[in-house]
Amino acid sequence: MSQDYNFAYLDEQTKRMIRRAILKGLAIPGYQVPFASREMPMPYGWGTGGVQVSAATLTPDDTMKVIDQGADDTTNAVSIRKFFQKTADIDVTEETSKATVIQTRHRIPEEDLREDQILVYQVPIPEPLRFLEPRETETRKMHALEEYGLMHVKLYEDIARHGNIATAYAYPVKVEGRYVMDPSPIPKFDNPKMEMAGIQLFGAGREQRIYALPPYTQVVSLDFDDHPFDPSKADAPCDLCGATHTYLDEVIMDDAGTAMFVCSDTDYCRSRREAGHTGAQSAAQLHEVNA
Amino acid sequence: MTDTPLFSVRDVSKFYGGRIGCKDVSFDLWPGEVMGIVGESGSGKSTLLNCMAGHLTPDQGQVMFDTRDQGMVDTVTMSEPQRRMLSRTDWAFVHQHARDGLRMNVSAGGNVGERLMAVGARHYGDIRDSAIDWLGRVEIAETRIDDRPSAFSGGMMQRLQIARNLVTGPRLVFMDEPTGGLDVSVQARLLDLLRSLVREMGLSAIIVTHDLAVVRLLADRLMVMKDGHVVENGLTDQVLDDPQHAYTQLLVSSVLQV
Repeated sequence: MSQDYNFAYLDEQTKRMIRRAILKGLAIPGYQVPFASREMPMPYGWGTGGVQVSAATLTPDDTMKVIDQGADDTTNAVSIRKFFQKTADIDVTEETSKATVIQTRHRIPEEDLREDQILVYQVPIPEPLRFLEPRETETRKMHALEEYGLMHVKLYEDIARHGNIATAYAYPVKVEGRYVMDPSPIPKFDNPKMEMAGIQLFGAGREQRIYALPPYTQVVSLDFDDHPFDPSKADAPCDLCGATHTYLDEVIMDDAGTAMFVCSDTDYCRSRREAGHTGAQSAAQLHEVNA
Repeated sequence: MTDTPLFSVRDVSKFYGGRIGCKDVSFDLWPGEVMGIVGESGSGKSTLLNCMAGHLTPDQGQVMFDTRDQGMVDTVTMSEPQRRMLSRTDWAFVHQHARDGLRMNVSAGGNVGERLMAVGARHYGDIRDSAIDWLGRVEIAETRIDDRPSAFSGGMMQRLQIARNLVTGPRLVFMDEPTGGLDVSVQARLLDLLRSLVREMGLSAIIVTHDLAVVRLLADRLMVMKDGHVVENGLTDQVLDDPQHAYTQLLVSSVLQV
């Protein structure tokens, strides 16, 4: 660790301020707590909110994992992991089960989280009503008075235009029958996983909001009686590990439009392959075909 | 008619600093009755309407409404959640400019359905059916249900706004110059439509306008305002055919005869 940095980059007063916001958020699940977001050494939109929440949550004994769209090896994940290695000198891992703090962008790990794990989300726009009602004064009032009819107007518009609820990510949820919350841009496939054992913290740096879900909190995805919520995914098995129950990325292979489906959670896919699972295009399989 | 008024205004005053918005206005509105408020620009009629509808807080006076569960309640002092609930169930407000009362980036069906969803409707098919029903009642073709209001003409937008407001079966409708800005033939159709809806549903309504033809057609009773004061009130025909106050006489004689 470079001695020039305080532990986890932020100064202690700032971390206390963020922890107070986190505790308030946990006490009122789904409520957006304003906090004095600091400028971080990375651009807005790269996870400044998540990084501040992680910095306030980390202890020297923690092991950290960073996910970007399910992967551990993409730019955002690598640079945030490096950031905390440099400023906090903590252990890092790519394995979900070994991590105690997981910062994520756009995915929830396939593996169930435990009670001693914390999941930190990076949130671009914390206000689920933003695109329906641009006035912040009005949306706050709507949250306060539980006026959430407008959220269903959006879903109505989806069905009227596309025949089904076409919202596929950042799908609005209602927390403990009270606050409507934006789950950050995770695929709606992940929505049911939000009722989990771990603590979930959401940080929006530019918008200066923190919200949270305590363990085992009820999280219901909004829907209509005759158009129920459907956590859909690509209708195919993973081409590397053969999993049929995971969220898949479609990877275009050539100019002719050939595509392969692979687990978006790279760590989960790797562990399945190590356990001997194979898919249609896994190396072992291809080898057999060639032989 | 029942023996209690639906809506009762007592000594309502609103001041803008030293200037008078409206002063000491009192009246009762009975179920099924349509009340017209006329006056020239700046006479305080819109201020009065906004005070009654809860958009402005009056400086003095009471605005009592006969709620379904608690009887007569002063809407000025009731809590904000209650007042907002009232304004999306038992009350409706038709703006002069349809654009103020519609969501322009939401389809016609979504606009009509919004109030239903706001009071808890969660069945897409049912919401759509009542949207289609209401579009039919205001003479908008069913095929336009998924079009946005920005693709509608001014008259259609105004009719859509009326459908959107009446879908929850309100008991009291506030209208602020509902025919303003429309050409005369469209005005005539809209008035015809409003008259039949008001009669069919047994609505009570308060209509603010400067157009005497509108109140002649729609209103049972009439209030004439000038400089924030009510100068004359009575049955519509009586006030228009035998005006007593000098200002009312001027107003009535100012109507162009074609």
